[in-house]
Amino acid sequence: MRIADIVRLRIRSLFSRTRVERELYEELQYHLEREIEEYVAAGMSPAEARRAALRSISGLEQRKEECRDMRGWNLIDNLRKDLGFALRQLRQNPGFTSTAIFVLALGMCASLSIFAFVDAALIRPLPYRDPARLVAVYETNAMFPLSNLSYPDYLDWKQRNVVFRSLDIYNARGFRLSTPGGAQPARGARVSDGFFRTLGITPVLGRDFYPGEDQPSAPRTTLLSYAAWQQQYAGRRDVLGQTVTLDGEAYVIVGVLPREFHFAPVGRAAFWVPFRASGSCDLRRSCHGLYGVARLQPGISLQAARANVKAIAGQLEKEYPGSNRDQGADLTLLSEGIVGDVRPILVVLLSGAGLLLLISAVNVAGLLLVRSESRQREIAVRTALGASSARLVGQFATEALVLAAAGGVLGLASASWSIKLLQGLISDDFLARLPFLDGLGLNGRVVTAGVAIAAIAAVLLALPPSLRIWSPELRRGLAEASRGSAGTVWRRLGSRLVVLELATAMVLLAGAGLLGQSLYRLLHVNLGVRPDRLVTMEVHAPRESYGKDPQAIALARLVADRVETLPGVESVGIVENGAPLSGNGNTTWFHVVGRPWHGEHYDVAERDVSPGYFSTLGTGLLRGRYFLATDDASAPRVGIVNLAFARRHFPNEDAVGKQIASTSTPPVITQIVGVVDDIREGPLDAPIPPVLYLPFDQSPDNDFSLVVRTSRDERPLVPLLAATIRAIDPAIVPLKGMTMTAKIQDSPSAYFHRSLAWLVGGFAAMALLLGVVGLYGVVAYSVSRRSREIGIRIALGAQSRSIYELILREAGRLIALGIAIGVACSVGAARLMRGVLFGVRSWDVPTLAAVAGVLATAALLATLIPARRAASVNPVESLRAE
Amino acid sequence: MQGTLDLLILKVIALEPMHGWAIARRIRQMSGDVLQVGQGALYPSLHKLEQNGWIRAEWAASESNRRAKYYTLTKAGRKALEHEAAQWERLAGAISLIVRTA
Repeated sequence: MRIADIVRLRIRSLFSRTRVERELYEELQYHLEREIEEYVAAGMSPAEARRAALRSISGLEQRKEECRDMRGWNLIDNLRKDLGFALRQLRQNPGFTSTAIFVLALGMCASLSIFAFVDAALIRPLPYRDPARLVAVYETNAMFPLSNLSYPDYLDWKQRNVVFRSLDIYNARGFRLSTPGGAQPARGARVSDGFFRTLGITPVLGRDFYPGEDQPSAPRTTLLSYAAWQQQYAGRRDVLGQTVTLDGEAYVIVGVLPREFHFAPVGRAAFWVPFRASGSCDLRRSCHGLYGVARLQPGISLQAARANVKAIAGQLEKEYPGSNRDQGADLTLLSEGIVGDVRPILVVLLSGAGLLLLISAVNVAGLLLVRSESRQREIAVRTALGASSARLVGQFATEALVLAAAGGVLGLASASWSIKLLQGLISDDFLARLPFLDGLGLNGRVVTAGVAIAAIAAVLLALPPSLRIWSPELRRGLAEASRGSAGTVWRRLGSRLVVLELATAMVLLAGAGLLGQSLYRLLHVNLGVRPDRLVTMEVHAPRESYGKDPQAIALARLVADRVETLPGVESVGIVENGAPLSGNGNTTWFHVVGRPWHGEHYDVAERDVSPGYFSTLGTGLLRGRYFLATDDASAPRVGIVNLAFARRHFPNEDAVGKQIASTSTPPVITQIVGVVDDIREGPLDAPIPPVLYLPFDQSPDNDFSLVVRTSRDERPLVPLLAATIRAIDPAIVPLKGMTMTAKIQDSPSAYFHRSLAWLVGGFAAMALLLGVVGLYGVVAYSVSRRSREIGIRIALGAQSRSIYELILREAGRLIALGIAIGVACSVGAARLMRGVLFGVRSWDVPTLAAVAGVLATAALLATLIPARRAASVNPVESLRAE
Repeated sequence: MQGTLDLLILKVIALEPMHGWAIARRIRQMSGDVLQVGQGALYPSLHKLEQNGWIRAEWAASESNRRAKYYTLTKAGRKALEHEAAQWERLAGAISLIVRTA
């Protein structure tokens, strides 16, 4: 008989039950009748014959039951009954059921969300052929253990090495893309001709770069990323042969890269062009701007390859002592270069989430134990009525399965949502460097992990009540409550676990509190700027048309004039080297005229600003004057310094009127004419460095930023500004237009603090919830075990007040212990966190007190439920029941 | 002995399709009244064999012109019978060897 027939038979047995049941009856009935006939034939009376036949068949019903067993009905039948019973049981206790499911779902949600990230970053293989044989190639020097290659070094390495099947280079490159609507910024990368062959990537459309296509004499060509092909060319196949204009040069599109291809080191590069060595940097041996990637020869180990490149670096050091002194070489696996940064973070997060999951499962197991305690009599009665241990265990296993399944479904559903939430915690800039996180979500592996976790949880949950059933003490369950060792073990283990959970919750809550406070301080730090109704935007003008000083000055003036006429605009400022919060930008060296100087460097950040810059920002003038329109190329060189500069270099004198000289020859002498308040030029949490402001007209540039103050809502101004700038010349790229408020909110340091605060806060909330549920479980268990004692106490006249006290004292001990350990650990953890805290001391008493208060309140509320149950114990009932 | 009844049933219906009562009677007759198949064991065994796919059941009119459930050996059942029979031969031979020499 074929498998199909067997399946058909089984299914028939299961679904056409009435018919099969009838046939069974008929068959046995037939047998019975034939027996009777036989007995009658042997001379018995019909009644006698019937009795004899029935005796010989010894129990028609049992026979039927045996036949049913043979057909595997009972298994299914029992399962169905168990399932119905389990659902009824769970429905009867909605509080227990929802708590258990919620706690399980929470643990699963946390660990599955993190697992999705781990899967995307660490488990899913990189989209290259045989990625384990790919290595990242670096030069090394004293300051940077893994630094970039120079082009001449690369050529020598490529020629001399005996360990790579191929060695190629790449670097990221931003382009100005010409479009009908004006110039757009575009991400790109320059790669040597064999780059994609080394990775084992074949274009989905068109061709790869030819060998030699990276020579300066070759025509300019480009490969498109799949995303760029879809977005900018709507996936049309006739894109091949079309030209794009990048930085004013025409490139022919020769191919499209596969959809799954990504290369994190260059982010989301849209245009991949052959590397053509040009300009001073590419040809200079001491200019390091390239990254290397290589495929190892078959049979060559990473160590052997490393030894070979180190040896080559040694040769080059001897041959070119001027440029290659102390330039070594190193290799790592390419995967290390791509996901190495995020691995430790992910591993820590996954361990944390896994621990939460374990604790949540143990907590729910504790709750189930409490229930099995209160269902002891039910179990004993069922045992007495003939239920086998297997049947009882099956019952609990079914309940555990239902809980785990519900928790699993809810956990998976919420994980798909929380993955998005976690992704939102990563800033766009950073996300662009993690392209392997694209398309993150519930994939097959994550769902499989979810199902596996739910299955393990089900086993874990079924275990404690099942162990109780198998333990011999239960057999006495009808007579008296068991007071065996299993219960004591759980009480002791559970109490310790609760103390641990509460302490963990305390540490995490305190951490979240400190991070939240430090985020608040960070967002409200004094910027030296009035941030409301202020907009900034970068302006990138092509060097070909605006590279000369008068051109740049004229452009800046034109832009400022046009912007000033926009509705609501009050004033406009120009700054080169970045608006506030952009970073410290370029620095310059100087020395103070009239002071002894022996060639030492005084480093200072430099900003070139228009006369209206400070008044637009609302930055206070402390001494002297702002720049004037007359401070131009024809006028004497002047400068304004910030307070930090004045304090550092002129601590007890007036900076105004002093002269500083550049270290170039001949030196440029600049007279300081004013001192302004410190502006936060760099990250919100970084100390403010000395800054020297120079007049834009004396030091112009074709790339600059606008700051615009308006009297109206500043948000609609951002697109308006971009349109105004494009109207001047479509080749100019307006970039990063945003309100100052958004700039503060989205600044990397704010992002970092906010993400950390949310992450720690999320874990803290879960830990708090788990701690409280765990406490409830332990106290409720204890109450259920002591109901006899409590009954006696009440019978002897104890007031409900004293019963409350009895329970609360027991819980209070655990809470106090948990909080005490938690406080000690919090202080330690906060000291470790000191580096990321801003404006908050690690030993912040109000935070610790508030957190301890929240924790104690929540824990006491959780205790009140079983305490009230204890106080309302009916002594008569409890004593009779025991 | 465990499985022996299965072997007997398979062997008996290998000759012709038969209903449960007839199987029991045939076993008794063939064994010269030595083997009395308890009806309690027969039917569960039949249902198990049917679930295994070794025998197939169909309703047909019996010799007394009543509806009865007739069991037929399937291809898989025939194979199982050969296997079981060989097993039995081996076992019986081994036991008798020991019994005789002892």
